Amino acid sequence: MITIITGIIYVLLGIGVFFNILASIGLLRFPDVYTRLHAGTKCTTFGSIFIIGSVIILGLRSWYFGDVNGSVLAIHSMGALLAILVTNPTGAHAIARAAHKSGVKPAQAVIDTLEKEDNS
Amino acid sequence: MLAFVITTIVCFITYLLFTTGSGDIAGLWSIEELLIGLILSLITGFISQTVFVKDEDVRMANPLKWLLFLVYAIGPFFVSLAKANVDVAYRVITGKINPGIVKIHPNLKTDLSVTILANSITLTPGTLSVDIDEENNDLYIHWINVDEQAIKQTPIDCKYVCGSFPQWIRRIAE
Repeated sequence: MITIITGIIYVLLGIGVFFNILASIGLLRFPDVYTRLHAGTKCTTFGSIFIIGSVIILGLRSWYFGDVNGSVLAIHSMGALLAILVTNPTGAHAIARAAHKSGVKPAQAVIDTLEKEDNS
Repeated sequence: MLAFVITTIVCFITYLLFTTGSGDIAGLWSIEELLIGLILSLITGFISQTVFVKDEDVRMANPLKWLLFLVYAIGPFFVSLAKANVDVAYRVITGKINPGIVKIHPNLKTDLSVTILANSITLTPGTLSVDIDEENNDLYIHWINVDEQAIKQTPIDCKYVCGSFPQWIRRIAE
């Protein structure tokens, strides 16, 4: 039983780290601020869900085996996850809006409705 | 009055969640934590009731809406999030992008629902909300792979960028 749960924790950690690495590569490879934000928000949020998920399972496991401090670990991790889920897209939105207001054009854009409406 | 009660209860539940493991009542809490938590919740509820519940609008206190929100977060939202990541992974590796900024008209009314929609859009496939038209709640969206069909009309159809999200959010938050 314990080995199975430990295995699940390692698998979740692996998935989370994989997506966070993808996010870092995306930050380096994409051409401009908007596409980099795509990599920076989606992949880090998804990766963090899995990493924090593994911590939550670890906490629940020690809670189940009688250690009440496990509940602290699990519940506080859920709080952290909630904070990431709310602040990460909001922060990305703020950066994108600031970039567009200060005149950064999306690279290789086929259409830019916002630009047209600002000028008209 | 109702605003004060709701704010206090939410504060108290939050306090209890973050102080588990402190004593023996119900196996989790000590009597000191319960008392201090209750006093602090009463003070916080009194101070922040007008911020937490705006204009006596208590519709969000309905537990059914929270249940619906949970279903939305685990169901369609998580599936889209997974798709988004495979999509971005594909573009990170191949470098194929076709970006642009488009406008959608989701036709939502409250601040909360627009916030949920904008955050959902940012976390789902190939889209990132850039700006908002505050008069009629139109959203400007950076789209990493623009569909030629979609951009023939302005504002474009919601189904191209956010699927069924507006319907879900209208049920949850309006």
